[in-house]
Amino acid sequence: MRRTADVIVIGGGIHGCSTALHLAMRGLKPMVIEKDYAGAHASGVNAGGVRQLARHLAEVPLSVASMELWERIRDLVDDDCGFESHGQVLVAESEAELDQFRARVRDLRLRGYTHEELIDRSELKRLVPAVSNDCPGGVVSRRDGAADPFRTTQAFRRRAVALGATVLEGVRVIGLERQAGIWRVSSSVGTFEAPVVVNAAGAWADRIAASLGEPVPLEVMALMLMITGRVPLFIAPVVILRGRKLSFKQLANGTVLIGGGHQGRADRDTNTTEIDWRKLAVSALTVWEVFPAMHGANIVRAWAGIEARPPDDIPVIGPSRTAEGVYHQFGFCGHGFQLGPGVGALMGELIATGKSNLPIEPFSIARFARA
Amino acid sequence: MTERAGGDDTAYDVAIVGAGPAGLAAAATTAGAGLTTLLLDENPAPGGQVWRAVTTTPVQERSILGDDYWAGAAVVAEAKASGAEIVQGATVWSLDATRELALSCGGASRFIKARRVILATGALERPFPIPGWTLPGVMTAGALQTLLKASALVPEGRLVLAGTGPLLWLLAAQLLRAGAPIEALLDTTPAANYLRALPHVAAFALSPYCAKGLALRREVARQVRVVRGVTQLCAEGQGELTRIAYVAGAGVKRRINADVLALHQGVVPNVNLAMAAGIQHRWHSIQLCWVPVLDAAGNSPIAGIAVAGDGAGIGGALAAEARGRLAGLAAVEAIAPERAARLAGRQLFAAALARAERGRALLDQLFAPPRWSRLPEGDTIVCRCEEVTAAQIVEAVGMGAIGPNQAKAFLRCGMGPCQGRLCGLTVTELISRARGVAPAEVGYYRLRPPVKPITLAELAAMAHTQRAVAAVVRQ
Repeated sequence: MRRTADVIVIGGGIHGCSTALHLAMRGLKPMVIEKDYAGAHASGVNAGGVRQLARHLAEVPLSVASMELWERIRDLVDDDCGFESHGQVLVAESEAELDQFRARVRDLRLRGYTHEELIDRSELKRLVPAVSNDCPGGVVSRRDGAADPFRTTQAFRRRAVALGATVLEGVRVIGLERQAGIWRVSSSVGTFEAPVVVNAAGAWADRIAASLGEPVPLEVMALMLMITGRVPLFIAPVVILRGRKLSFKQLANGTVLIGGGHQGRADRDTNTTEIDWRKLAVSALTVWEVFPAMHGANIVRAWAGIEARPPDDIPVIGPSRTAEGVYHQFGFCGHGFQLGPGVGALMGELIATGKSNLPIEPFSIARFARA
Repeated sequence: MTERAGGDDTAYDVAIVGAGPAGLAAAATTAGAGLTTLLLDENPAPGGQVWRAVTTTPVQERSILGDDYWAGAAVVAEAKASGAEIVQGATVWSLDATRELALSCGGASRFIKARRVILATGALERPFPIPGWTLPGVMTAGALQTLLKASALVPEGRLVLAGTGPLLWLLAAQLLRAGAPIEALLDTTPAANYLRALPHVAAFALSPYCAKGLALRREVARQVRVVRGVTQLCAEGQGELTRIAYVAGAGVKRRINADVLALHQGVVPNVNLAMAAGIQHRWHSIQLCWVPVLDAAGNSPIAGIAVAGDGAGIGGALAAEARGRLAGLAAVEAIAPERAARLAGRQLFAAALARAERGRALLDQLFAPPRWSRLPEGDTIVCRCEEVTAAQIVEAVGMGAIGPNQAKAFLRCGMGPCQGRLCGLTVTELISRARGVAPAEVGYYRLRPPVKPITLAELAAMAHTQRAVAAVVRQ
């Protein structure tokens, strides 16, 4: 087994695998150390939304950059990742909500971003005929869509390996220490060495940050999803609501994925999540009220992955402030899947060249030290 | 019955899932000791599969279904007289570690809580994934038996039975007694199994199954052409079954015209609810299936949740009844120890269990299904819900699927309404073979509630009720 690498990436989610791929594309030899298997948690079991729509302002440049990679994903990873671009629509449930959306779209325009487009009642009805007549309009991001999350993560893993990366699965990182400019990463199968380490450990990343003396208060989350049996195709774009928690997507086979941010219970020490049916019942009621076409549907399955959220709801990206050669890439809870390709490219650039043109200052881990 | 705290009609001392031999015996024991007991069963009448419809069956000629079937009536009567609240047509679709159950009944869902939960969800037939097994006309032996017991129906047209296991012979005998002719019984029991079973013959000879089993085989063999040593089987037809191709003995492919093919190669624990509740399972290398990890009384590592009957490992109806009584007794000891002393002792049931299990080793060896009928090849469908083939599963292994959960993510196998009941074991064993590692290492689907599909309408209605309750409380 190889014991040394140019970069050790801790965590084999979409972010870790993407960073490994982009490092390998730059001729480096990365090694991914994953305690379970690639895509075992949030990266593999999320709703698969590929969304620029309704992003935090700080994330918009990253999301737009990532979208360019999604649109040529087959060239990047030799797999189409199940990506289909039928748009994403944010539905306004009231005139007041539509006014807020109008202000947001105007603000984005002033900043030079055109991907979000305000739509009126008739365009909403054209895009989403099934939506309730009470909704006065919304916002569409037409290039958005959805992909198959596990397949995507695995495709990044496979492509990274094909280009020279090593991926160790079922190997748990125990700790890291620096000796003579080299990071020694101890694990359940011995020690590995590299001058650079990337902390892409998802819901477990705060433990690594804390061990380096820069704690981040992550909240562990279990975002629940449920899926229905097949119903006739009636909706192409992904639909999200703002006021009531709902995201709604019909897959090509007719099944409908219902999510939106309701929390189950997660235990990251046992890798388990539990479903809270009282909250999923609220999702079901929302679907019932917004989409009459769903009245005959069956719920076949529900699940939740383990994720973690920083208090300000935007990720931690960039170099450690306490440990030279360590980079952070975590805290994407609920909105990291679309960012995976782009942030991996950014990390590759940052590690290989020491800089990036994308604005990453808002994501610095230093913001928690100041608090 | 004891009074419920605060008149709460959603809280019970004991909730039991499944009204087969184990569930009925457990309910009779706990309710008989005065514990508030809720017995939930998804069928229209109690009895489980083995005693299905024993109180309601239109089959009145007692010799058709046999004495072992009618013995169930006494246990049903005992459970009914015990004071247990028995709810038929109730599907339990979720159970968590706090012992809250979600159940669907009459188109509405609700939650109940219990201090002890006994899962008695019984067995399922092992998947039998041969080419053509999804054709109309091909069914499981269990489905035929359900039609016979519940509705006194026997199949029309030319009927062939194929597979291995005691239930196949029992069904053959029951169908013959009911007047349904059988064209052939294609026996897939491998010759090598007889040798493996040899060391267990002495114990089997003393078991309750020996004389009955031999008599059944004689009864069937007198009336039906039995083809032994079948090593290939294929259902053929355009849009529906018309004939069956098979190879036996010398290796010549033969065909039989048939309208109905009943397949059976043993039963395996119905683990979905237990797994979804978080109970750890282990691979049983002789019975070739997953069984929950339990102590001698059937208790799982999750506090207050026990498993009894065939769901805890295949043992048959007599063993299931004994394990049901042991689990019931354990619940009484935990909740009302002073009343446990008045009940028949543990030794009595343990002895009954030992008697019932005496012949099991022979049955397990003799009727172990062969590899060829567990591990399909090529275009043979594995997951019926999502139409995933054996070749696709093997290909997914090449793409990085180290177990059923990754295969599911790649292919959607196991994601349909059956929740993997018809493909899970096949997928585990196919991946095990492709990777060259043991099934225990490959694992099983991560099962999640709802264990059976529920309607969006009933789930939404639960939120409606919550909202209404909250509105009242806030006033």
